[in-house]
Amino acid sequence: MGFPILSLIIFLPLAAGLIILALPADRKLAIKGIALGAGVLSLVLAVIVYAGYDLAQGGYQFVERMPWLPALGISYYVGVNGMSVPLVLLGALVITAGVMISWRVEDRPREFFSFMMFLGASVQGVFCSLDLFMLFFFYELAVFPKYLMIAIWGSPKTRDYGSMKLTLYLFIGSVISLVGVLAMYFAAGQKTFDMLVLENAGFSMAFQQTWFLVVFGGFAVLGGIFPFHSWAPDGHVAAPTAISMLLAGVEMKVGAFAALRVAIMLLPEGARYWSLLILILGTINVVYGAFIALIQTDFKYVIGFSSVSHMGLVLIGFATLSREGLLGAGMQMFSHGIMTALFFAVVGMVYDRTHTRNIGELGGLFQKMPIAAIGFIVAGLVSMGMPGFSGFVAEFPIFMGAWRVLPLVAIIAILGVIITAGYILLVMRRVFFGKLPEAFEKSVTDITVMDKIVVGVLVLLMVVIGVFPSLMTTMIESGVNQILALVGGA
Amino acid sequence: MTGAFELSMIPAVLPEIMLILLAVLVLVLDLVYRDRENSALGWITAIGLLVAAGLGVAFSRPASEPVLLFGGMLRQDWLTFTFRLIFMVGAALTALVGTEKSGKHLGEYYLLLIISTLGMSLMASSANLIMLYLAIETTSIPLYILAGFKVTDQKSVEAGIKYLLFGAMTSAVMLYGFSLLWGFSGTTSLYELADALKAGSAPPVLMGGLALLVLVGFGFKVSAAPLHFWAPDVYEGAPTPVAGFLSTASKAAGFAVLARVLLAVFPDSLPFWTVVIAVLATVSMILGNVLALVQRNIKRLLAYSSIAQAGYILVGVAAGNELGVTGVVYYLASYLVTNLAAFGIVWLVGRQVGSDDLDAYAGLGKRNPAVALAMLLALLSLGGVPPLSGFFGKLLVFGAAVQAGQFWLAFVGVITSVIGLYYYLTVMKIMYRPGTDEQPLPMTPAWRTALLACVAGMIFLGVAFAPWYGWATAAAGSLF
Amino acid sequence: MNFISDHLLTLILFSPTLVALVLMLIPSGNKQALRWTALIGSLIPFGLSLGLWAGFDPGGAKFQFAEQANWYPAIGSSYHVGVDGIALTMVVLTTLLTVISILASFSITEKVKAFMALFLVLETGMLGVFVSLDLLLFFVFWEIGLVPMYFLISQWGGEKRNYASLKFILYTMGGSLGLLLATQMIGVLTGTYDLPRLLELWPAYQVSGNVLFGLPLATVKSIAFWAFVIAFAVKVPVWPFHTWLPDAHTEAPTAGSMILAGVLLKLGAFGFIRLVLPLYPAESQQYAGWLAGLATLAIIFGAFGAFGQNDFKRLVAYSSINHMGFVMLGVAAMAAAPGTADAVIALNGSVLQMFNHGLYSAGMFFLVGVIYERAHTRDLSKFGGLWALLPVYGTILIFVSMASLGLPGLNGFVSEFLVVRGAWPVLQVATALSMIGLFFTGAYTLKGLWTVLHGPLNEHWKGHLTEINAREIIVIAPLMVLIVVIGVWPAWILDIINRAVSMWF
Repeated sequence: MGFPILSLIIFLPLAAGLIILALPADRKLAIKGIALGAGVLSLVLAVIVYAGYDLAQGGYQFVERMPWLPALGISYYVGVNGMSVPLVLLGALVITAGVMISWRVEDRPREFFSFMMFLGASVQGVFCSLDLFMLFFFYELAVFPKYLMIAIWGSPKTRDYGSMKLTLYLFIGSVISLVGVLAMYFAAGQKTFDMLVLENAGFSMAFQQTWFLVVFGGFAVLGGIFPFHSWAPDGHVAAPTAISMLLAGVEMKVGAFAALRVAIMLLPEGARYWSLLILILGTINVVYGAFIALIQTDFKYVIGFSSVSHMGLVLIGFATLSREGLLGAGMQMFSHGIMTALFFAVVGMVYDRTHTRNIGELGGLFQKMPIAAIGFIVAGLVSMGMPGFSGFVAEFPIFMGAWRVLPLVAIIAILGVIITAGYILLVMRRVFFGKLPEAFEKSVTDITVMDKIVVGVLVLLMVVIGVFPSLMTTMIESGVNQILALVGGA
Repeated sequence: MTGAFELSMIPAVLPEIMLILLAVLVLVLDLVYRDRENSALGWITAIGLLVAAGLGVAFSRPASEPVLLFGGMLRQDWLTFTFRLIFMVGAALTALVGTEKSGKHLGEYYLLLIISTLGMSLMASSANLIMLYLAIETTSIPLYILAGFKVTDQKSVEAGIKYLLFGAMTSAVMLYGFSLLWGFSGTTSLYELADALKAGSAPPVLMGGLALLVLVGFGFKVSAAPLHFWAPDVYEGAPTPVAGFLSTASKAAGFAVLARVLLAVFPDSLPFWTVVIAVLATVSMILGNVLALVQRNIKRLLAYSSIAQAGYILVGVAAGNELGVTGVVYYLASYLVTNLAAFGIVWLVGRQVGSDDLDAYAGLGKRNPAVALAMLLALLSLGGVPPLSGFFGKLLVFGAAVQAGQFWLAFVGVITSVIGLYYYLTVMKIMYRPGTDEQPLPMTPAWRTALLACVAGMIFLGVAFAPWYGWATAAAGSLF
Repeated sequence: MNFISDHLLTLILFSPTLVALVLMLIPSGNKQALRWTALIGSLIPFGLSLGLWAGFDPGGAKFQFAEQANWYPAIGSSYHVGVDGIALTMVVLTTLLTVISILASFSITEKVKAFMALFLVLETGMLGVFVSLDLLLFFVFWEIGLVPMYFLISQWGGEKRNYASLKFILYTMGGSLGLLLATQMIGVLTGTYDLPRLLELWPAYQVSGNVLFGLPLATVKSIAFWAFVIAFAVKVPVWPFHTWLPDAHTEAPTAGSMILAGVLLKLGAFGFIRLVLPLYPAESQQYAGWLAGLATLAIIFGAFGAFGQNDFKRLVAYSSINHMGFVMLGVAAMAAAPGTADAVIALNGSVLQMFNHGLYSAGMFFLVGVIYERAHTRDLSKFGGLWALLPVYGTILIFVSMASLGLPGLNGFVSEFLVVRGAWPVLQVATALSMIGLFFTGAYTLKGLWTVLHGPLNEHWKGHLTEINAREIIVIAPLMVLIVVIGVWPAWILDIINRAVSMWF
């Protein structure tokens, strides 16, 4: 592959971030323009990757490799397979959407957009990595943008707590898996971080069983696994809108993806050994997250906990280690990414206009901002797993996978669906329907054109994938085949 | 005896010679230009130090096999080479950071800095107990003075005295250990001691005791717990650039001799001292990080953080393998640029705002966005976050621990680094909070240059590992 | 032309959605244009379904107009649609009632665009259930229909619409959870969702040792059977899963109630006929007594419930439970004695009853809506003697009520007679008890008529109530025609139903 398209996807946001930092602070339009340009461009590149990925050939494509530190076997090694291509697309989408949603940020836009771009580069780097060191490098790169963006631009009441909690939880998870990564490196004894080599390193059964939990657990913290999920709602709620979108929409997928890529694919025996535990934890995620979401009074917390609930399904999908489960998990990562980004975007739009997130104080906003309301409704339907939307085609195979290994999980987790329906419908009704409080009669205006574009595109995607799942499943299936080749099984 | 004097040995010590010349030059210039504006002195010192470093790179490159020089006093190997670079670059940056337009006794300040650097350079290359002790004292005495350099400031004087007392005491213990070593073996050469001790069939307990005595001196230098008590007070009182120098170059010198002496003299009791070092590392990491949490003074915070960092570096030593020492060298280089940047900014803020309190940093993000960004990078590097050098340093030392099978040490390391991140983030957050004053802080060109160099170093070491990693591996290789 | 005949079902299925999208392009202020576009648009699927009827060969293949395309190959599901005689009648009923309901909703003035669009999407959802030949696809459409219905109730409903709409959707979604789980299980076990294949594979499904998930296979199948039954029973609704229905009906807007009673309830019954009986023949037979019991209880309690109401609309709502009970009775008969001539008669009656109930219940709800729009109350005690004021309306109301009551000569009689005739030899006790219910059917229908039309005139209404208007008569007229036609000459539709039923069982 001659054209370094993946490198461009990774480094374009990085470069944009640096350029933005170098601009004078008062050139706001230029700052936003560059951020948007980088976002759109990387989106275009991601679409090209998606379209250009050769399904017949499968495997890792668009591979680029350069030595980084040969002495330790570290290389800059990127490539994508069917599992990561949709995530690259997701990353580019949500970053672009985040920039557009943040168009009206007035407080230090230079730093805001620049940090956001760094975050974007970080997630793309993880999705594209074929080198374990590089994966980790980019994984950790996200620490400071995440922290600062919440701490500086977050909601004043909880930003200190939320940002710190989030960062520390995630950091602790990642450094713990770092130890596991190092253990794998030395146990393989091949002096390389090349994941394709490590896949065949032949780790002993005992080693895999011991270290799987460390590596998986560390990464899964970012995936929101119970009982390490509590950073998610607090962090998401404290974050500014675009960052909530990125965090819940993409960063949680980064965690899940890393857990899959490193822990499950490199330590398959360990995955098999611990799969029951993950299944159970994932199920708790689903049901517990939904229950807690049901009793929230803060609009944003509802969505925050719903993310915990939905990521549980991804974990269940992983833990089944079956074709359907993994396929569904892949779909769910994309679907949930889009859905929750849209959720948070709408929550942000509502909050910007009403200055409250208390569900009790809201109402009747459909009249004032119909497009946003429709966006929320569609995201809600996706979240409920309503057929015809992307959530259903993602969740269904996950449940099928669960049937293969432990039907009880499917039966319990499905309760999450009905609870989800309950809280989504309640919130939807209380916020967007019913009586519009008088205070909002004049103060609330419709959302901007930029916002409408974001809502429209995300809604369209969710519907299109829900109606034509093959658009994405064929892609993910090819990635699942690769995973299954490693973990064995159907 | 190997290494009797030959003219061809001169290039090996060319940088040290250059330092002496520089010291003389600074002294003369100071005499000539006394009572005038002499910010040039800082530049001259810095450039001189860099020239010395350059000479080292150009002419003092060690041969493939280590060579003993000057009757076995010095050893020319890659460890010497890399550490010399660390010291000289560190001193140069320190000189630039502290450059004032005018000030009293500036000549002496730079002179002491250069002499101390000379001592460190010799420390790293010493291959003989006597030479080593001399080098350590050459390093320390100027530093005692520098710590108490602001004679009008009570805190500074207190810092100087404290540093002196602690230093002298630990130095005495160490010297006692040295004398016992000589007594049991009849030799002062580091590279003959091991065999001599074995021949004298010294009991393992004794060997362990000797190692402990020696460790006291080195532990003080690197400010590892439980020999860390001086650090917070001294850092707080000493002039900020000096504190930075103490925490980086001086610490590095300590690690250079620590690694050399332990591996050269006590190879047989490796299982024993690795445990001791591991314990020291654990205590340092935990104590340093936990105590840093409660600090409200940035210099004290950085002092405790430096204790914790010493703990991380000790993890590399405790691994007792090549990767560990590589990690130590890499970490120290990274720590040098990182911490000097942090102290440089502390100096700037402290001088302008007149306070080292954390609250003084509120609004820095608005006042000087670039400075705030540099501080941000420095703190992140300290916390071990890519793409900054601290990340790779930590990766190496923890990797070494894992390679050595010390998983628990690696886990303690990573968990405490999370605590570390907490207070680094707190500082970061304060910088970006609205402050009372929005006036940008004025910076001198020298300071700017130093900071830029530090930041560049942090990023370079954090992204392009290969060059320095190669040298660090070579340095590690020269000890095994 | 070829394209249309080859993809007739797809066209019928998605033309309403397309029309809904077209509606999106019309400005919301232009209500008249919106209404007419929706109405004309809804005529497209209706016209096409008439074409479907015309092109359907009753003696031909089991499934006709079948189409199959890739949909979700990864899990073995495809877009597979087709109709048999049973589905055909339901498709025609759906498209017809949609047209009528849209016409009936011309009186809606708020958010016309959204209303019409949702209505058309709802039509797609309902049609999809009838034509799906893929279990997963069936479920997809099954659930899709809930969303527009939820919004129709919650946005255009009565006072307690929030409660009613939430109850509606949670009940039906909750009821479908078992269906969803069982669907997944069947998919996992057989590796396909294709209905024709499942019909062969699943009833004969065996595992070595007959143990599945640690349970005996028979138990697993029974649980799956009940999961299906509950999902469909909620929708029908069968006692005791019926409590959402009166609330939903009462609060829904008129057209919503019409379509709810006319078509949505049929989805449940259709599920029994299409899925439960063929997929679980053994279990059906085993539990036929239970089904019959539930059906009987639905008939009796539905009738009692209706009799006890003071709200006109609630009365009609409970009557639906009662009438749908007969459908269930036919199903139970077929479950008990599959393939026998009696059971075929009973099931024929059931299918016809579905069609018939679709006609007269839609009519009843519409008529309730007509009076409600004028009087703004549905309280039976406030009416009285209105025949004198509204002779035309009164006549129509009596006519439709008589169909519902089962007056010979009108359609209700034909289907209920067939059910009872078929069920009697198979399930005597249940049938006998149902006759008691039938008696109360007469009682509550007459009560409704009596309190509204007869008795002393409530003077309050004098001059306030206007006669039924032309548009409303156009709405009700086709229903009345069909009621009579089927009542007098049911053979044309029964033939199609009978052939299909005979083919299935």
